[in-house]
Parts: sequence; structure tokens; C-alpha cells
Amino acid sequence: MAKMTLEELRNLREAKKKEMTQRDGSEKSAQIIIGMGTCGIAAGAKEAFDAFLDELDSRSVSDTKITQTGCMGLCFSEPTVEVDVPGMPRVIYGNVDGKVARRIVTEHIIGKALVSDHIFDKPAADIIK
Amino acid sequence: MAYKNYILVCAGTACESSKGIALYKELEKELKEQGVETEAQLVKTGCFGFCEQGPIVKILPDESFYVKVGPDDAKKIVAEHIVKGRQVDDLLYDKEQKGQSSDEIDFYQKQQRIVLRNCGVINPEYIDEYIARDGYAALEKVIFDMSSDEVIDELKKSGLRGRGGAGFPCGVKWGFTQKAESDEKYVVCNADEGDPGAYMDRSTCEGDPHSVLEAMTIAGKTVGANQGYIYIRAEYPLAIDRLNNAIAQAREYGLLGDNILGTDFCFDIELRLGAGAFVCGEETALLASIEGKRGMPIPRPPFPAVKGLWGKPTVINNVETWANVPMIILKGSEWFSSIGTESTKGTKVFALTGKINNSGLIEVPMGTTLREIIYDIGGGIPGGKKFKAAQTGGPSGGVITEEFLDVPIDYESLQSIGSMMGSGGMIVMDEDDCIVDVTKFYLEFTVDESCGKCAPCRIGGRTNYNILDKISKGQGTMEDIENLKVLAQAMRRASLCGLGQTAPNPIMSTLKYFEDEYMAHIKDNKCPAGKCKELLNYTVVEDKCIGCTACARVCPTNCISGEVKEVHLIDQSQCIKCGQCFDKCKFDAILKG
Repeated sequence: MAKMTLEELRNLREAKKKEMTQRDGSEKSAQIIIGMGTCGIAAGAKEAFDAFLDELDSRSVSDTKITQTGCMGLCFSEPTVEVDVPGMPRVIYGNVDGKVARRIVTEHIIGKALVSDHIFDKPAADIIK
Repeated sequence: MAYKNYILVCAGTACESSKGIALYKELEKELKEQGVETEAQLVKTGCFGFCEQGPIVKILPDESFYVKVGPDDAKKIVAEHIVKGRQVDDLLYDKEQKGQSSDEIDFYQKQQRIVLRNCGVINPEYIDEYIARDGYAALEKVIFDMSSDEVIDELKKSGLRGRGGAGFPCGVKWGFTQKAESDEKYVVCNADEGDPGAYMDRSTCEGDPHSVLEAMTIAGKTVGANQGYIYIRAEYPLAIDRLNNAIAQAREYGLLGDNILGTDFCFDIELRLGAGAFVCGEETALLASIEGKRGMPIPRPPFPAVKGLWGKPTVINNVETWANVPMIILKGSEWFSSIGTESTKGTKVFALTGKINNSGLIEVPMGTTLREIIYDIGGGIPGGKKFKAAQTGGPSGGVITEEFLDVPIDYESLQSIGSMMGSGGMIVMDEDDCIVDVTKFYLEFTVDESCGKCAPCRIGGRTNYNILDKISKGQGTMEDIENLKVLAQAMRRASLCGLGQTAPNPIMSTLKYFEDEYMAHIKDNKCPAGKCKELLNYTVVEDKCIGCTACARVCPTNCISGEVKEVHLIDQSQCIKCGQCFDKCKFDAILKG
């Protein structure tokens, strides 16, 4: 890059800041946990993961972190995704493909409304901690 | 492009020396082989501070904190964590608490990172990541929104004091140079870190080089200088590389060089490499060395702020001081002065070493107690041994004993108990360390590093060293103690620079708190810690020795004799007191003392 002006420096900082906040998990309030066991991956969890990343990125949502976890034991409804937004019930969604993932971002994370037709339910207490 | 995971690998000198480079390459290879290179970004970063447990790998956004990671572990990390999203439990710091993130580790609980804000967070070889963390925003503010007087006023109000050891108010120093009339002025960074066991400045230059460059440019704008120099020792090759790389990137972005950010302000920085002489950390000697002269101090005043490099007004600060400046400009003096104690604001970085469980680089608010540093952050003394003293201030400092563990640390409090802040080396000693031996070590260092220009330092230091050597061999007399004290006074008063003036500090401090240990050497010919070899004897306890021959077999000089199942005997004339027989004997049949 050539020598910058003040404005160019500020633009670069804003752009890079967005990239950096994707790394940092500690200051994010909402969380999306994707079941990435063999069953999840086979059912398309990776595709859902990519959709989540892309949708969050394009809608500039910076306070949500995505983490992966192992099999949640709900192999028949894979890919399963748990969503935890502060002030809302913790929800598990089943059969989350790319399209549903995008809906979860727009409706649940941004719109603060549950995507009712894909809610699986909270699993039995002995499965989760 | 967004990634699913970010693998942060420490690339500081400490981690690199324990196969960190091989680990990085292995991770790179595995990501490629397992086909996930687009899913995880590998980031080389600066020192996490937890050097005891290095190499460190941190995975974001999960905040998994892996310790003692070897190149062999790369495959597992990629296969388990990146591909399957499962934490690799046996690499976690605390294996009992699975899923623990780095914030929860005790080592980080009491730390507050201002100087080390970007170490272990950004890739120091990539200017964009520094910019993303509000880098060069302070420079913007200084160039476009603040007058020189405002900058200096802000620094004065913040209470920032020189972190090189003397603690002179930074804003006052800048003010002198700003007011001085001259056609040319200079800005210098003192990165000649030389205290044994200290590596704060090296880690800052390695982990966040731009913070130093930005601060120096701010000073250039404020005092009206166009050229800066970083004086760093050639024995810090990684720091030199990173600084050079950072300078090149800043020039490319127009943040250094002519017409910075399109204004008419010009400022550039060059490195000057030192050969590693301790005295060149003294500012006048350092400036002489930059000029190409022999690194010897000259009397002050005039101070460099008025008459420094090539006789021109020069702002010279230490790396850690510089690294604080951008944060003060950005967040304001009020924020900074809310941290720390009445007389000393902000934080201090310490290199915690010696007999301590968690060796490493720590940054704590001023006013933290030594007890918190040693027990809460450092994790206490290994092997349940007893704390004896902590040495701060390097060869110019003194010891802090157990009774002062709860003194809040700042410049004044440490001075009042006979030690000093120094640049930040902190060496912890336990009951096995002999105080005479340690003091002798520091004197040996200052004698070695004395430039020889003035007699008090050159002759006084050598004479004091000889006396300590005598005492450690059990040949000391009470008169020697008096001589030590007299010489120490003379050196303090008459030496030309800080090196000679402070060289007797370890003697005065240890004599004050550990006089009984000196007495034990002189009067009883004993070394209570069992360190001074000349005062040590290994003997066989006859009724405990079963004649297993284990001691005779490890003895390097073959001076232990005896038949199998018979009591053995050590030939004292041949014994080199290596202590191997003592360590080997399972029956406590070797007596040390």
C-alpha cells in the first residue's frame, strides 16, 4: 500500500478491527454452538457453520461467537445447533442447514425472536452440564 | 474472509527456544494436510508471559490455552480441535478443570496489561493488526488535534515515570527538550536491557514493536525532532528483526518518513546496535555509543534533554516507558493516573525468575505486593521450599525479605526498604541460596561491566569483590565487613555514573538484612545454605551407611572408597564438593555441612 492519509488510516483501522473482533471470544455476549461430531458433519454441519460465519460477517454482527462442540447425542436431528443469546432462553435447533442457519442469524440473533419451526427443545438435564 | 478458529502461537524468544518455530511449521503443515487451512488462521504472536509453560498455543474464539506444546502435538491439535472441535484436554494448563479459558488461570488473575496489551494478541510482524487494536490512533490525535503543550501537559498529569529504573517524570523530561532551542533535536529509545534475568524490553519489542515506534513518533512531533534512534543490543536478534520489519511497514504506510499522514511533519527511526556492554544502558554512555564513540558516561548535568546526541536536545526513554505513551494519549491522563499508588502511577512489567513455579513476564498495577506477585501469580516456590528473599533492580538493586512481602511496590517504597524498582528484573531466592554467593555474583557482574573510566568504580568494585570472595571461602574477618561498608560509601559518593554509584547496593542491602549469614561465614566458617563450596564438607554417617556403593559409583573424582556392605569413606583432599553422592544416597548416610 502506498502512503496513507488520515482518512485511509481510519478506514483501514475500522476494516481490520472487524476482522480482529472475530478472533476474540471473551467480549462476546451471544454464542452459537455447532455440534460437529461425525454425525453432525455427515449431515452438513460444516455447511451450516460456513453459513453462520458468512451471515454474521455480512450483517456485521460482532458480538456473537461461534464455537464447535462434539456430538450432542441428538444424531437423528443433526446438524444440531445450540444458541445462547442473553435475555432469551437457551435453545437447541435441529436439522440446521445453510438456509436455516441464515434465518437463525437474522431472526434469532438480530431479531431476538425464536425460529419456532426448527426448535428441537432443550435436551434432558443429564445430557448437558 | 472469516475463519472458524484462530491458532495463536507464541513466537517470543523463550518459546522459540523451546521448539516454537518447529511447532509453528508443524501446525502449518498439518492444517494443509488435513485440508483445513481455510478454516483456521495460524497467527504468530508475541510473548504471553507464561514462559515457564511454553511454548504456548491459544485457540480463539474458544479461548483454549494449551501449554508445553511440542511439534508432535500439532497433528493432534489440528485433528481434534480444528477438525472436530474438541478441546485437547491433556495439553490444557490445568488438566483438572477441563474447558478452562486463559482468563481463568491464576497467573493472569491479578495482572493488568497496558504495556503488554498486544503481546500474545496480535501478530507483531503485521502492522494491520496493530492498527486494528487502535494502533497509530494516538499519533493521529497528536498530529491533528493536540498542541505540543497539551501532549506534555497530559503526560505530566498522567504521572508516568521513567521505567528504566530512576523514575524521572516523563512529561517533565519531554518538556525540557521541547523548550530547548536548537536547529535539531533527537528522540532515542533505550532498549539496552542488561540486568541479569530481565527481558521485559526484549519481549515488548518482539511482541509489539509498533507501540514503541508510535510513541517515538509522538515524541518527535511534540518536541520538534525529525530523527529517532533505537539503541538495542545485537544479542536480541529476534527483537531487531521485528523492529526493522515494523519500521519498513510503517514507512510504507506513510506513518514514518516524510510527510506523515499527508502533513508536513517528517520523522524517521533507525536502529543502532550495541555490543552488549552494560554501561551503555546509562544514557550518556548510550548516546556516546550511538555517535560511534566508546561507550563511557560523562557527568550530568547537562542532561541529554538539553544537550544529548551530537550535543543536541534529546528525549531518551526506555522501551517500557515508550510503550505506555500511546495508551495515555488515547485513554487520557485521568485513566492512567487512576491506576497505581499515590506516587507511582500505572503498571510495571516484571521478569519473574529464579526459584519460582511460574517463571515469566508479568504486568501488575503499581502497589501490588510482593506476596501477590510471588504466591498468587508466581505460584510460590518449587518443592515447598522456604522463601528467603527477592532481588529487584538487578546489580543496582537489593533484596526484599519476608518481612516486607506485604509492602505495596512503587519507586519510593522499594527505595525505603533498601532495594529499588530497577528496570523490572525480579529474582526469587529460596533457603538454598547463599546470600554471600548471590552478592558476589552481582559484584562480579558490575566489576566485569565497569567501563574503567573512574577509579571508585574500577578499583572499589574489584576490592569489594575480592573481600566477598574471601568471605565465601571462610577467610573473612570482622574488619572486612567494615571495609565493605567504607568502600561502598566511597563508591556511592564518588563514582561517575549510576553503574558505580549503585554497584554497592547489593552489599549494603544484604548486610542490612542478612548480617547473620555473613557472620556465619566469618565466625563459624559455615555456609548456612550449603552453597559456598570451600565451607562445605561431605562426610559419611557411619551407622547409616549400608555399603551399597551407589555414592562411590557416581563420584566423578573416585574419592569415595569402601567395600560392598561396608561403611564408605570420602577422601576430603580429593573431594570437589559436587554433591552428587549426597543426592544419590537413599539412606541419608551422607552429611552435608
